[in-house]
Parts: sequence; C-alpha cells; structure tokens
Amino acid sequence: MNKAKRGPDKHIMRMHFQEKLVKLILQAFSAVSILVTIGIVATLLWETLGFLREVSIFEFLFTTVWTPTLEPRHFGVIPIVVGTMMIAVLSSIVSIPVGLGSAIYLSEFAPAKVRKVVKPILEVLAGIPSIVYGFFALNFITPFLKGIFPQIEVFNALSAAIAVGIMTMPMVASLSEDAMRAVPKALREGAYALGATKLEVALNVVLPAAISNVISSFVLAVSRAIGETMIVAIAAGSSSILTFNPLNSIQTMTGYMVNISMGDIQHGSVEYKTVFAVGLLLFLMTLLMNILARHIVSKYREEY
Amino acid sequence: MKGTHADMENNIYTDANKSSNLKSRKLMSKIFEGFFFLAIAFGIIMLIVLLANIFKTGVGWLSLDFITNLPSRFPKRAGIYSALVGSIWVIGLTFLFSFPLGVGTAIYLEEYSDKKKWFNNLLQINIANLAGVPSIVYGILGLAVFVRLFGFERSILSGALTLALLILPVIIVSSQEALKAVPNELRHGSYALGVSKWLTITGVVLPYAMPGILTGTILAMSRAMGEAAPLIIIGAAGYIAFIPRSIMDSFTVLPIQIFNWTSRPQAEFQNVASAGIIVLIVLLLSANALAIFLRNKYEK
Amino acid sequence: MKMIRTAGIISMFLIVSMSLFAGCSGDTKGSELTGEVKIDGSSTVFPITEAVTEEFLAKNRYVRIPVGVSGTGGGFKKFTANEIDINDASRTIKDKEKQLAEQNGIDYVELKIAYDGLSVVINPENNWVDSLTVEELNKIWSPDSKVKKWSDVRPEWPDEEIKFYSPGTDSGTFDYFTEAINGESGAIRADITPSEDDNVLAQGIGGDKNAIGFFGFAYYEENADKIKAVKIDNGSGPVEPTLESIKSGQYAPLSRPLFIYVNKESMVRPEVKSYLKFYLENAGVLAEEVGYVALPDDEYAKELELILEDK
Repeated sequence: MNKAKRGPDKHIMRMHFQEKLVKLILQAFSAVSILVTIGIVATLLWETLGFLREVSIFEFLFTTVWTPTLEPRHFGVIPIVVGTMMIAVLSSIVSIPVGLGSAIYLSEFAPAKVRKVVKPILEVLAGIPSIVYGFFALNFITPFLKGIFPQIEVFNALSAAIAVGIMTMPMVASLSEDAMRAVPKALREGAYALGATKLEVALNVVLPAAISNVISSFVLAVSRAIGETMIVAIAAGSSSILTFNPLNSIQTMTGYMVNISMGDIQHGSVEYKTVFAVGLLLFLMTLLMNILARHIVSKYREEY
Repeated sequence: MKGTHADMENNIYTDANKSSNLKSRKLMSKIFEGFFFLAIAFGIIMLIVLLANIFKTGVGWLSLDFITNLPSRFPKRAGIYSALVGSIWVIGLTFLFSFPLGVGTAIYLEEYSDKKKWFNNLLQINIANLAGVPSIVYGILGLAVFVRLFGFERSILSGALTLALLILPVIIVSSQEALKAVPNELRHGSYALGVSKWLTITGVVLPYAMPGILTGTILAMSRAMGEAAPLIIIGAAGYIAFIPRSIMDSFTVLPIQIFNWTSRPQAEFQNVASAGIIVLIVLLLSANALAIFLRNKYEK
Repeated sequence: MKMIRTAGIISMFLIVSMSLFAGCSGDTKGSELTGEVKIDGSSTVFPITEAVTEEFLAKNRYVRIPVGVSGTGGGFKKFTANEIDINDASRTIKDKEKQLAEQNGIDYVELKIAYDGLSVVINPENNWVDSLTVEELNKIWSPDSKVKKWSDVRPEWPDEEIKFYSPGTDSGTFDYFTEAINGESGAIRADITPSEDDNVLAQGIGGDKNAIGFFGFAYYEENADKIKAVKIDNGSGPVEPTLESIKSGQYAPLSRPLFIYVNKESMVRPEVKSYLKFYLENAGVLAEEVGYVALPDDEYAKELELILEDK
C-alpha cells in the first residue's frame, strides 16, 4: 500500500516538473521574437541618431524633395513614402478582391476535387520569387499597359503594383479560405435549411463569422506589399520626384534602401545613413498599421 | 396573435412570392459564383502566363550541364550548381531553426499564455508587426548581429539565421490560427482522461492543427527560397565557383545567381537566367509537393 | 510519437541531402594551391575579377574564391574591417575609409587594373547628333540646365524634347560622369530617368528616338546594334569611344580607371600572391574580353614588380 501511495505522487511530480520545463522552454522560444524586435530597433536607431545629427528631423519628415545622392542634397522623405503608399493601395485593389473572391469560391462553392487542385496552385503562385515578378512586370505588364496608356513610362508604379498584387493575392486567398473553412458546418447547414442560397450563406453567415481572420489576411497582404523590395526595385523605378500619378516612375522606401545598399556609396556617410533612417520610418509605419488593424479586428471578432 | 398574423402577411416569403424571389436569389448566387470563379481564374491565368514566358525563354538552355556546371562568364558554360546546392543548404538550415521556434512560440501563445496579461498581448502585437517588416531590414539586422557581432561572417549560417528570423512571424501567425481552430472539446476530453497538458498538445492538438501549420510553413519556406535582398546585404556573393563544405562557408543562392545573370550585358544571359528560374520553380514545387504529402497524411 | 518520428525523418532527409551535395574536403592536395581568397566590391569591376578568377581556377582547382558584389562602398567597409582580402573598386578610396583602415591596422596596396570608357549613347534614328563637346554635355546635363529640346543645344537640331536617362544615382558610373562633366559628383539635372539596370537603360534608349543617356562601355558594346555612341570633343576634335581611344587616353574626359585594393597581410599567403600575379598578368586580355579597356602593358608590369618585391 505504501508503494501505491508513493507511486502516483512521484508520477504527478514528474508531470508537473515536465510541464514547468516545457512552459519555460516555450517561453524562451517566444522571447526570441522580442529579441528580434529589439535587435532591429537598436540597429536602425543607432545609425538614425547619427543621421539626425546632420539632418534635421523636420527636413526629413516634412519636406518634399528627396535627393540624398545628388547635389544639392535634400533629405525630405515624403516622395518615397508616397511611392510606397501608392504600391500598397494599388496592389490591394488587386489582391483583396481577387484573393477574397477566390477564397469564397474555394470555401463555399467549389467541389472538393477543384479545391484539392487549386489550393496547391495558389501556393505556387505565392512562392514564385519576387525577382521573377519584377521582370514579369517590366517585360510583360508594362508593354501591355502601354497599349492602354501610351504615355506610361518604362518604369512605373502601376505595373509594379499589379505584380505585387498578384504575388500577395494567394496570401489573402489561402488565409481567408482557412478562416472560412473553420466556421462550423452547423451554421451553414442551419442557413441552408432556412432556404438560403450559397451566396447568402457565404456573405451573411460564413464571412461575418470569419471576418476577423479574413481582415488579418488583408493586413498581412498590405504589410507585405509595403515591405516588398525586389519587384519595385526592378519595375517601379528609382525616380524620387514626388508624384501621385501611377503611370510615372517612382521610388519606394524599400527600393531606395536596396539601391543604396548595393551601390557604391561610401559606408558611414550621411547618404548611407539614410538607409537606416528610412528603414526605421518603415518599421514604425508598419507597427502603427498593425496596431490599428488589431484594434479593428478585435472590435469585430465573433466567437462560436 | 395579431402580431404574428401581420408578420406572416408582411413576410416576403409568402407562397405567392416564394418561387420568383427564390429564382432571382439563386440567379444572384450563380452570378456571384461566376465572379468568384473569375477571381480564381485570374490567378491561375496569371500563373500560366508567367510560367509560359519563362519556359519559352529558358527551356532551350536547360540541360544536365546547366545543372552540374559552375557559373561562368560565358553564357554557354554557365551553370547553376553552386547556387542550387547553396539554396538547399540554406533552406534546410532555415527550416531547422524556424520550424521548432515558430511552432513552439505559437504553442506557448495559444496553449500556455494568459491572454489577459499585457505582456502576452505585447508579444502578439510584436509578432504581427514583425511579419510586415521588409526583408531588407532583416538583412541589415543579420549583417549587424550574425555577420559582425557573432562573427559568423558571410556564411550559410548567417544567411539561414537571417532567413529564419524573416519567416518566423509567418510561421507563428499561421500556426496560431491552426491551433485556434482546434475545438476545445478535444482538449477537455483529453484532460478529463487525466492526460497532462504537454501530452495533450503533442498527442491531440498538434496532430489536428498540423495541416494548417504545414500550410503556413509551406508559404513561409517558399518565400525564403525566393528571397534575394536580405542575403545580398549579408554578402551572399556574386560568383561562387565551389560547393560549400560546411555551414561556415561562403555561398550563393538561386535568386541571387539569377538576378546576377539578368544584369549582364550579353543578351544570352537572359535565357540563362530563365533556365535558372525554371530550376528554382522546380525546387519550389518539390518542396510544396513534400509538404502537401505530409499535410494529406495528417488530414486523416 | 508519430510527430517526433516525422520530424526525425525530415531532419534526416535534410542532413542527407545536404551532405550529398557537400563538397569534398581535404586541404592538402600535394603541390597544388589551396586556401581561400575573399573578394568583394564594385559591380563594375566584378566582370573583370570574375573572368580572372574563372581562368585562375581552371589552373588551381582547390583554391576557393568567393567574389561578392556589395558595391565599392560596401566592399571598402569589409576591407577596412579585415573581412576580405581584395576590394574591387570603381573609385579611389575615400578619406573616411582610409582612416578606418589605419585605425584597424590594415596596410594595403592600390592597383589600377583597367579602364572603363563611359559612353554617351543615343537612339540609332538620331541622325543629327554626331558629336558633342564637353561644354555642350555640361550645358545639357548640369543641374540648372535650361536645355529641354535638341534645338536648345544647337539651333539646327530638331525642335523636339529630349528624354534623359541615367544609371543609378548611387553608382560609381554616375559619380564619375557628374564629376567629369558637371564638375561635382552628384550634380545633375532633376528630370532624369535613372535605372539601376543598365540593360533596361539600353532598352529604353533603343526604344525612344529622342533619348540620351550614358553608361559603361561594356553595355554599349553589347548593345551596339540597338544604340549609337556619341563622339566626344574634348577640345581636340570628336573622339569615338573605342578600345584604342580609351586606352590611349584620347577619349577624354570619360575614361575612368578601375582598381583593386589588396590587403598587404593577405599577400603573404601563397594563394593570394599567386592569384594577384595571375591577375596582373592577365587583366589586360580578360578586361577587353568583357568589354573594358586594358592599361598599357608596362603599367601592369610595373605593378607586378611592386607586389612581387613586397614581402
């Protein structure tokens, strides 16, 4: 009897220890993500502070001429921020409707066989390297657009944005579709029983139930569009003149960063430090966007 | 009584209206189904156009020599061997770092952390934000931390660690979604049987969530395979005419080699680049196929 | 558990495929050279260094030579931090970079290895421009230029707007051109269409009758069927960019020298010394093969002497 009494205690103690250990290890894993952010901010901030010793923060944030590599030098970041925003907005016009439409089709309308074939195809689309999209935009989309808008420039925001939209569309489609499939069947069946059409079930029952995850897929896609580097570096141009016309050549924040990093600029110079300042600004912008999105999502989340 | 009677009268679903109303609603459904199908068709058509373009310009240059040759300044002699091997090494190592770290973090966030605590909320926001940080910023981080601070130099290790950090948020977020979708009844059933938390997770929750986790991981690894910018910053070079012997060696990867070829003046290098893209896509498809195989195995 | 087994299988698969593709190890190969020569730097000098390395490797199979393209500035950063042995540079070392080298105790030697002839190019259908004087170039490209149409340059030329193309504003090519023509590096008119990809530049100019641009000789040579080079008059008559005119210095002021910087400490290693010797002996021929211009033979010989006597 003594043995029986001791046995389970030891077992339970071991279980507890194991649980604590597991929790600790997983906590450590999670801490890595914090370390990454700290690392990024530290690296960017260090050089940005050096940059701001030579350029006023007012000039950086509020003036509209960006010519760090030309004489006379101007450090107004607005033109490339506008460039980035143009890509983000225009690409969302492609990726969100097409992605969501695809997700709804796959989740609510498509027969299982079609789903099995199409889902992998979408994943391939997402995996095509961005440089391939970049040249696709330059060599295929731009000539195509030239037929419609003859005044379009060789490098322009629209082609790049379309390519970015196509690239991020599978993200929206895949994640939204997963979100919609997770909605319990019972809800759908209830609606069908009441005589609702597939469309009504999709738009009035499933979508609202999955809306928070669907919107987070939108945010992910827009974030990716803002951070996209190679497509815009190849196809959007490197012209940092402020413009709102998508047919013009633009430069995005990321395109600027990669061009300078690969160029012959002397490291440690003020022009070079702009890379870090722009990087920090980019980081803060996406942070703000994500906080805003989270706020919206938590307001509309539905639990089942 | 009166209320219900009036309701029934006002109800549009009266027998008289039902059939025509149903018809138009069904028609709407069909029309929208058409639109949604167009959306998918658009994606598939774009993919076909993209691939056809590449295939046309590259397939003539694809050969066994191309795969086993080292790069050269002569288009006809240029081969992709060192880039191919480099990519395999980097992706393999990236997976080994990012998968456990990512899934582990997701498990912690979903299964162990108290959601109401501000700290865990911060963790969540942080990860969501990291998902949107441009790949080039990870390159800058990798250069400062792995190459310089840790002294790994421009090695496969530095490259893999940098890419692992890049795709970590994506793996975490999609794994979390997959874990969230696991019905609580399964967990409670397991606890009721006296199974410990960790064993419940590994024996019940994870297998259920594995298809979703693998989907997210596939998307993430595909992204890593195609990344050029962060590795350029790390210093993954332009001309590597040798095969890596260890994870501390210099390296190049397929996207960088391809990009390098496209910037050369000789026109034939565009074809060589296309051939390289075909190889990269084949590699991508194999990785996808492997993951789909695994996903189907788990999807009972 | 099933999952651990799967994880184990995946890891094994990865490790096996990685080792299948691993290179053979073995450091001593008898009398053959081994070791590593780390090179990085300018994308302009890269084709020359690549050609030299390729030929060198054909004779010395066991030396490992990674050649990076982080840009002249990026290369210098690594060079002054003792991370690489040789820096490809399309410009000379700047003061701050020199300081860093001194700080870190890096003693180096600067070697000129070739010339690049910057070519001013126009569309083949442009039959009115045959040559431009340096003054005219300055008038066209300067930051406060009033030139908008061809007729603003010479009144007999067409009354059509010019389209200005340029290489990336962060490149050595751009730096050199603006300094040579406008007197200050980075000074140029505001309405240029820059491009980081010289192939696309050539394409753009080849497709626009009123285009004018400039880039390295190699890209002009490769696209000579799509674009036309402008003869440059530096005061002694129009000079076309050719191998001879660039080498002799007649094509001025747009011939620019290209360099490699070598860490003296690295030179002690046999593989580095052998590589350098090979470089200087063959740079002339190989440079011209890839679209650059060789230095006169005696200049290579002098530099060869310099490094051979340096213990």
